[in-house]
Amino acid sequence: MTEQPNLNYIEELSAGSPEFKQKLIEILKREFPEEKKVFLDNYSQKKYKATAENVHKLKHKVGMLGFEAGYQTTISFEEELLNGEDSLFSEFMLILDSIENFLVTI
Amino acid sequence: MNCIIIDDEEMARAIIEQLCSQVDDLNVLEQFPNAIQAIKYLNQNEVDLIFLDIHMPDFTGFDFIQTLKSPPKIVLTTSDKNFALEAFEYDCIVDYMVKPITLPRFLKCIQKVQSTPINQSAPAQQTPSEENQDTKEENDLYINIDRRLIKIDIPTINVIEAKGDYILIKTEKQNYTVHSTLKKIEEKLPDDIFLKVHRSYVINFKKIIDIEDNSVLIEKDVIPVSRSNRPELMRRLNLL
Repeated sequence: MTEQPNLNYIEELSAGSPEFKQKLIEILKREFPEEKKVFLDNYSQKKYKATAENVHKLKHKVGMLGFEAGYQTTISFEEELLNGEDSLFSEFMLILDSIENFLVTI
Repeated sequence: MNCIIIDDEEMARAIIEQLCSQVDDLNVLEQFPNAIQAIKYLNQNEVDLIFLDIHMPDFTGFDFIQTLKSPPKIVLTTSDKNFALEAFEYDCIVDYMVKPITLPRFLKCIQKVQSTPINQSAPAQQTPSEENQDTKEENDLYINIDRRLIKIDIPTINVIEAKGDYILIKTEKQNYTVHSTLKKIEEKLPDDIFLKVHRSYVINFKKIIDIEDNSVLIEKDVIPVSRSNRPELMRRLNLL
């Protein structure tokens, strides 16, 4: 996977306000690990409908961190899960890992 | 213009609040992580505009709209493009923004809100399916697929299965996937033929081929029967 996360959207939204940028980053750092954990818990128990809900929630963060192909993968993975399939799990995990690594650096 | 924000995601609420701060004369009065809290607030307060997330646990944005007798203008915010069609069924919904929301898109939305006349007399629940209630025939059910209302002959329905925010209606001839809930369709079906046998299944029990301990066979489908629904199923059967 060549796509890497970025803060372009957050910076644009912040309109020069470092306080707002910091606020969003803090929320991101707090919410993302929690959402990832719930996602993995549900996935490991094969609760695919609940997992699809978790992916739906993570989709917003994937989009706001600048993933384009990754965002489409997330949409497809959510639809897959609703049909009881999970072939895109590994691909989706690459996106989550990439975000996790990125959040450590900001 | 006074607004509230309803979204279960803190990140989304913060973003919409920030976008609102970029618009003169747009005040965020409150933010709510769920629709229930917002309903309590709206019982005592009036607002001009609601930014509403559709996809929330337990009580969706559409469920919330159904509770409003005189809804203000509503802008839907969602990560899912699939609800756009349903959104057009509500007069109170002015716009539909897909997350992540950018400032230009938000400003366009506000222009739309400002240019849309207030129509508080329109009931929130005025959906095509309900408008059709007055003219419905007893054995027919109309479902909305790709902006077409398709007629289904109710006795031909075998099984209805809940699939997330959708239901799968299996008939003798064809299957249909519709954005709705089991609860909503149950209300439209005669209860002398249809029975909920599981939290995800309503069956036409005239179509049962055989019954085992915790499942029924209809056509080629094995449908689970939950322990709590089994007594009612057995009561309805003409047992020898």
